Amino acid sequence: MSRLPADPSRRTFLKSSSMLATGSLLVGFELPYSLASAPKASSAASLMADAFIRIDRDNTITVLMNHAEFGNGVYTSLAMMVAEELDIDWQRLRWEAAPTEPRYYSPIFGEYLTAGSVSTAGAFIPMRTAGAKTKALLLQAASLLWQTDANQLSTDAGWIAHADGRRVSYGGLINVIQDHNLEPPKTVDLKPASAFRVLGFPKKRIEAPEKVTGRALFGIDIKRPGMIYGAVARPPVYGSRVIAFDDKAARAIPGVLKVKAIDAGVVVLAKDYWTASKGAKALTVQWDDLGLGHLSTASFTEEYRALSKTDGLLAEDIGDAKAVHEAASAVHEAVYEMPYLAHATMEPMNCTAQVFDDRCEIWVGTQNQGNDRTVVAKMLGLPETSVVINRTLMGGTFGRRASKTADFITDAVQAAQGETVPVQIIWSREEDIRGGHYRPLFVHRLRGTVDAEGYPASWHQTLVGQSIMQHTKHDPTYMVRGIDIYSVDGCLQEPFGVFPYGTAYQIPNHRVESHNPPKIGVRPHEWRAVGHTHTGVAYECFLDELAHLGDKDPLALRLHLTRDNDRMHQLLLRLKEAADWDQPLAAGRGRGMAARVYSVSPIAQAVEVTVALDGTFTVDRVVCVVDCGFAVNPLGIEAQIQGGVMLGLNAVAYGGIDLVDGQVQQSNFHDVRALRFNQMPAVEVHIMQSDAPPTGVGEQATTPIAPAVANALFHATGKRIRQFPLDRHGFTLKA
Amino acid sequence: MVTIIVNDEARTVSASPDTPLLWVLRDHLHLTGTKYGCGISLCGACTVHLNGEAVRSCTLPLAAVADQRVETIEHLAVGGDYNAVQSAWLDEDVAQCGYCQSGQIMAATALLNNNPSPSDAEIDAAMAGHICRCGTYQKIRAAIHRAANVTESGGSQA
Repeated sequence: MSRLPADPSRRTFLKSSSMLATGSLLVGFELPYSLASAPKASSAASLMADAFIRIDRDNTITVLMNHAEFGNGVYTSLAMMVAEELDIDWQRLRWEAAPTEPRYYSPIFGEYLTAGSVSTAGAFIPMRTAGAKTKALLLQAASLLWQTDANQLSTDAGWIAHADGRRVSYGGLINVIQDHNLEPPKTVDLKPASAFRVLGFPKKRIEAPEKVTGRALFGIDIKRPGMIYGAVARPPVYGSRVIAFDDKAARAIPGVLKVKAIDAGVVVLAKDYWTASKGAKALTVQWDDLGLGHLSTASFTEEYRALSKTDGLLAEDIGDAKAVHEAASAVHEAVYEMPYLAHATMEPMNCTAQVFDDRCEIWVGTQNQGNDRTVVAKMLGLPETSVVINRTLMGGTFGRRASKTADFITDAVQAAQGETVPVQIIWSREEDIRGGHYRPLFVHRLRGTVDAEGYPASWHQTLVGQSIMQHTKHDPTYMVRGIDIYSVDGCLQEPFGVFPYGTAYQIPNHRVESHNPPKIGVRPHEWRAVGHTHTGVAYECFLDELAHLGDKDPLALRLHLTRDNDRMHQLLLRLKEAADWDQPLAAGRGRGMAARVYSVSPIAQAVEVTVALDGTFTVDRVVCVVDCGFAVNPLGIEAQIQGGVMLGLNAVAYGGIDLVDGQVQQSNFHDVRALRFNQMPAVEVHIMQSDAPPTGVGEQATTPIAPAVANALFHATGKRIRQFPLDRHGFTLKA
Repeated sequence: MVTIIVNDEARTVSASPDTPLLWVLRDHLHLTGTKYGCGISLCGACTVHLNGEAVRSCTLPLAAVADQRVETIEHLAVGGDYNAVQSAWLDEDVAQCGYCQSGQIMAATALLNNNPSPSDAEIDAAMAGHICRCGTYQKIRAAIHRAANVTESGGSQA
């Protein structure tokens, strides 16, 4: 049996010393915070050889993580990049969430944000460079120490070795670097891929030891001295305001400390969370629903369906699909409808905050601490530097923890205002499900024809759904000609704007129109793979319809449509072989597929299903081929693909949030059904060999599984599903 | 005041008797490895051992566990050694976000204590009440088989 390592997330405090020169790469700083459970460390000077790497005298190497870990495996891949160049003992590697400073911003987004499946891609050069510069600095120090030529020196897992047999640990060189004010070189050469010994090899998750022992610190696990707990009575209609409340019964509960109104509702503060939650349930609150109490998803769907028949904003018009359809003897038409989807992260939203006269400190799992800090600073009238956010691990996010309004943070901050101690707000599962942030409901109307050979000749797609980005701070970037590029993401042949990833197909006449109806009621929000989660379903299912119309095999059809896209074409050929696509299936079984490009990476999936006469089905096999460029950590990629498949299958099978009279109908895992053990198919993951720079895998697998399953159900039964989730429309995933 | 034996230690807590064991562990004893997920025994994140059996702590009132033995995830690695299930979890690289894994590991440990060599179907049945949203089910199953093999060949569990 292996021994437990020391707590890898421990935080050490750095005291300024002579080595901590400012304005150079030799930057040390005193970390402005510590987590409650962190052991008190000595104030021994460590070496911050680079913003991302700290070396302790005991030869512990700490990587400061500027991207958030929520299951995505990014801590491991960032550490691998450093380890590849710096040559360290993996067992002595530690990690730490980097503070909110510009030097830790995402190089892709230019802000402190983990999203879009771009973390590994963006870090690939910077983190290796950090490792290489640190190594060069250490070699320079050893060379000085031994008065020897650098070519006599080599590194060996955290040590510098001299050709004559002498050895010194990296940590043992801190004094030399300090005494001589050594600085890393301005530029370094990075290893060629052919020399990699870490990158490209399967590496297990670095924070796994904490996750199997209960020591991993999620936001909900924060304990601060004197901390009290808060539960919020939230309105039944999202967005309502408190008019008045009666807290007599709540205050009568022993342990309840205070009751007060905040923007989100009425918060009950207590000595423990259970007492606070009992208090919140005992409140009687009078709400002003601001006229939102009539909203319903049924009427949204009705309105959107009608809108989809009208002209939208033109996102793309290649060839002349309209003319083709006017001239055609018959045009195939279908309407696809996708519901609101909740994220339902295993760790419900929560946040801990302490508000002082001149500053605020926050402990939270967040993807977007830069924006969170801006929102809180503005709310409190403080400079941004006076708001300190301590980022923890996250029990899932799927996009939810990148709130544009910092909603799960502001309620804790408001609850903590006027208190002398930290306040932790935990959302109940019911509050979390009804929390008003969802993948938006979309209706897609598609029309198409096939040519004399049976291949798609024309495509006209009109989509209707609320914009995620409109009227947010991202509006100037993501709204192009009035169109939210997230809404049309994944259904254009000539995409525009940031993150321009369209379909992998070429159809000669291709028209896409978009309606973004008013943003009222709940908030449309990013959900793992964002626009693709609906455009991908509509596109890949309707393509399957056209394949059927033209009497084409769905995979052969896609091979034809990607004949000028070598990357996807090769990937599809691999899928055809890996999935035994041409093998016949028994009656009652079906096969379906889908292919997408998300955040650069092409991905395709083929599934096999078995359907019983009553519509109950099983997913027997999932084969996934992905091309994510150079595969930084094959083990991590496999995990992300499995995870994406599961979340996507879960959503297509059961997912749907309904509003009736403005109120979310679902509340907990009995009506937001989660995929269970026996329902999870084995996922065969095939990674295309590539020397291209690494690209994303975090969201790529979520989308294709849904249309692939729907297409397989059609293949098995001849019944086409165009409304989701499946269990409301005749097909139930076997429990 | 109620006394419970938590991880081999008698702990006296002043929580209200209706407080679920989950919140006693988390807020009063600061044993935060046991997680809140649903509050109504639907997800399994709060699973602990009560007198050696896996139970949901989110719906188990403090009053019902007075003087009984509770074991949490923090106590599995006794003396600094991972138990067979934890080791298998690391070997299979099971965790993603990790939030549900305390409950999964407590359930798997209890399963193997009762059934040292479970079949796939027995694993599915025993673990059916445990939700993971990251997609680790396949790896959990592999890890349970791995732990079962270790245990069969003479290793110890909890």
